[in-house]
Amino acid sequence: MTTNMIKVENLVYKKPKLLNDNDMHYCPGCSHGVVHKLVAEVIEEMGLENTTIGVAPVGCAVFIYEYLDIDWQEAAHGRAPAVATAIKRLNPEKMVFTYQGDGDLAAIGTGETIHACNRGENIAIISINNGIYGMTGGQMAPTTLLGMKSSTSPDGRDMARAGFPLKMADLVAQLDGVCYVTRQAVHTMPAVNKTKKAIRKAFEYSMQNKGTSMVEVVSSCSAGWKMTPQEANDWMRDNMFLHYPLGDLKDNK
Amino acid sequence: MAKSRGTVVVNTERCKGCNLCVVACPTNVLDLQGKEVNNRGYHFAYMKQAEECIGCAACGSVCPDGCIDVYRSKP
Repeated sequence: MTTNMIKVENLVYKKPKLLNDNDMHYCPGCSHGVVHKLVAEVIEEMGLENTTIGVAPVGCAVFIYEYLDIDWQEAAHGRAPAVATAIKRLNPEKMVFTYQGDGDLAAIGTGETIHACNRGENIAIISINNGIYGMTGGQMAPTTLLGMKSSTSPDGRDMARAGFPLKMADLVAQLDGVCYVTRQAVHTMPAVNKTKKAIRKAFEYSMQNKGTSMVEVVSSCSAGWKMTPQEANDWMRDNMFLHYPLGDLKDNK
Repeated sequence: MAKSRGTVVVNTERCKGCNLCVVACPTNVLDLQGKEVNNRGYHFAYMKQAEECIGCAACGSVCPDGCIDVYRSKP
């Protein structure tokens, strides 16, 4: 009976075409894969395959240009919003977005991020926040939670030595150039659907020249957190969401 | 008449055995292979209780590698 069901007219879910067949280098259960898929789906649905330029970060997602069949430009570490600014100003008809992790966006690239947002560049920023530097071995990042263990804070992040976790989305929501800021996650199907809508809205606002949009995706890093993918998602729900609550922070309709 | 309303096709070579689809499935259809592995050594997902599938696509949407195609029969 099940084999009879496998027909094109019964297909309800499939990997988007823009996400190609190259094997992704991400660890099993990494949130990056889901967000890549959502970006591909949104671009496909909006018909922007030939008008989208993405700016890739430095970090785990550095190879995103290997997986999504759109135009890409690799930026120096943290400089993606600055590069995206130039691309968008020279090609105002293109949809330009950056895809950055928290080490890229909230650490080395804080200045570029804040100033691009403050200038109200018509770009969309997708930021992946997993609270550590995943690519280099799980070191403490500005976004690491207080008490959270990482390879450079084995006893947990200490406020007296390392300060407080940086909430980039809350920070940029204060800026007048920013039209849309939201914080989402991709650990369950409803969360995935909400994130997809958020990415679509950010891309639409970017094309309507409303200003900068930021979609922060609170993510898990099972390898960096030393957990199974399922444990990492549960830990994220129980700990990360307390400090990084999900929902829209700003929406200038 | 079989009970199942949906079915999934797993790209077993692309699957990394992360188990997130197994957790996401509301009707406990999926499981990871106990002994069998793919070319990269991962215990890939398969339909353990195929007749329970409702074709909701929860597994597909949370799959980080886009390995799962979901089919649902029209009523």
